[in-house]
Amino acid sequence: MSAPVNPVGPLVKKGDSDESTPNVSVKKLSRAEKRAIAAKGRLTSKWASFVAIVLAILWTIPTFGLLVTSFRPRADIRSSGWWTLWKDPQLTLENYSEVLFGSSTSFATVFVNSLVVTLPAVVIPISLALLASYAFAWIDFRGRNLLFVAVFALQVVPIQVTLIPLLSQYVQWGVNGSFWAIWLSHSIFALPLAIFLLHNFMKDIPPSLVEAARVDGAGHVKIFFQVLMPLLTPAIASFAIFQFLWVWNDLLVSLTFGNTNTFPLTVRIAELAGTRGSQWHLLSAGAFVSMIVPLIVFLALQRYFVRGLLAGSVKG
Amino acid sequence: MDWFINAESTPHKLALMAIAIVLFVVVMGAILFAVDRPKKIPGWVVTVGFLGPAVLGLGFGLVYPGLRTIWSSLFNRNGAEFVGIDNYIAAFTEEQFQVVLRNTLAWVILVPVVATLVGLVYAVLVDRTRYEYLAKTLVFLPMSISMVGAGIIWKFVYEYKPDQPNVNQTGVLNQLLVWIGLEPQQFLLGAPANTFFLIVVMIWIQAGFSMTVLSAAIKAIPDDIVEAARLDGLHGLGMFRYITIPSIRPALIVVITTIAMGTLKVFDIVRTMTGGNFDTSVVANEFYNQSFVIRNQGLGAALAVILFILVVPLVIYNVRQLRMTEEIR
Repeated sequence: MSAPVNPVGPLVKKGDSDESTPNVSVKKLSRAEKRAIAAKGRLTSKWASFVAIVLAILWTIPTFGLLVTSFRPRADIRSSGWWTLWKDPQLTLENYSEVLFGSSTSFATVFVNSLVVTLPAVVIPISLALLASYAFAWIDFRGRNLLFVAVFALQVVPIQVTLIPLLSQYVQWGVNGSFWAIWLSHSIFALPLAIFLLHNFMKDIPPSLVEAARVDGAGHVKIFFQVLMPLLTPAIASFAIFQFLWVWNDLLVSLTFGNTNTFPLTVRIAELAGTRGSQWHLLSAGAFVSMIVPLIVFLALQRYFVRGLLAGSVKG
Repeated sequence: MDWFINAESTPHKLALMAIAIVLFVVVMGAILFAVDRPKKIPGWVVTVGFLGPAVLGLGFGLVYPGLRTIWSSLFNRNGAEFVGIDNYIAAFTEEQFQVVLRNTLAWVILVPVVATLVGLVYAVLVDRTRYEYLAKTLVFLPMSISMVGAGIIWKFVYEYKPDQPNVNQTGVLNQLLVWIGLEPQQFLLGAPANTFFLIVVMIWIQAGFSMTVLSAAIKAIPDDIVEAARLDGLHGLGMFRYITIPSIRPALIVVITTIAMGTLKVFDIVRTMTGGNFDTSVVANEFYNQSFVIRNQGLGAALAVILFILVVPLVIYNVRQLRMTEEIR
């Protein structure tokens, strides 16, 4: 799914890829001129702005409501809605301290699990995919195209298809429930998309650069590290962020291959919602503990995130 | 060295993570070092060094398990007896799976269409207005959080308290109902409406994606085309219908199919919000249920294969569409 892989790439002119980020406008006309042109063609620009803002607020209310709730005292959460906060503004951090360090939830350790699960599951597939995509792009060997198409096609496979056989394999090896099983699974599931994307970026690098290095006597390893890697850094960053969020937010893989010792936040919160669905002081704070990292990554690196997301939205 | 497999304390876990990364780097470094002897080593060794680990992983983790799942979908619940296509017949005829299939259909049709529409309208509305960046960020935000988190957020929106004096509603939607003089509802309990309330959550997430892609496509429409159309007297809706839509048609199709593929595999939302109870289950959730809760392996495998088969046409259409766009350019 190449493209879904990069919907914007082929659809928008190349080189315009920055346009996919929300805040960039085309530079040919000045902003004021554009707005003037746009205003003429629209119903009324003021109304459009107004409706847009209303929609944006509407979109944010659910999240905002839970965020406010997570800071309210337990009794208040039960007896009144979060929108009544302005009548009797009482805020507390108690929900967070209970959900993080309380003996029944202890999300602080679970947070560590999420971190431990995620970092290797980002580093390993990217490194493997970099090597593989280098081979596909710059090493000539028999059956190269066939193999590449096969890897490309593997993106179609829903991970559900692989879970049971993989699980019985892990049980046989005795690594079932350990971090090793989760890392390995995440790494493998990420490979087809990663290889495909990075291969596309590698192909865009002018062959003359690689040729020149080869003439100078550089081997594949040297070319890989000294010529290609520096040029690929933005692409790697985009994919890394995407993969980071994908693994951090994943439920299915960790639920299948993990155990109580290795479960990340998503699994524990889903559990909490099932067993103690009415304890909103725990659920709301727990949900935000799990969301804080993705939200920070998102707000800080939105540019790269959008690019990575456009590139990888079909995974899974 | 038990903690090497079963790390329990936080320092052990962190140490294990560091070891895993270092170990991986060392092994990869060794492979690269071994193949980095130009001319002394035959070419195929270099190829295997670069490609081997990835191909090995894919074979072990995707190809082989996939084939085995297809094979075991032809066997009974513990894999002992060959039953042919009985599992598939069960999945398509039994009452409980009829509901699952119907729900899945509702998800796959409604989520892509509505999310794309909302995203499109929003992208057009917000284009070049004053608070464009902020407005887009807010709509896009749900895309970054987990579906589990989104499920919790919306479960709270749908929260229900019995309609008695002295009891205040704590869910915002039920409070709205009460304010306009209606009875509060158990949104997640009553079928078939509850499926639609779950679908709303997925739309809430995916609209940001469609908005981002479509907004990029709209901004890429050449100015001269827009200018020419305007000179010909096109405004507002006419411009939208005859210029914007045809220009971004390829992007529209990619967005719809991409969201449809994501929706087919959705599992987290259903599991978090209703656990698949009250007739809200979908294929991906039923797969998990059959495989890991009820432990009917044959049927679970068949459901996974059905999921696979449903995804394929979407992918083929998607790829063909992109081929065409690339040829036109």
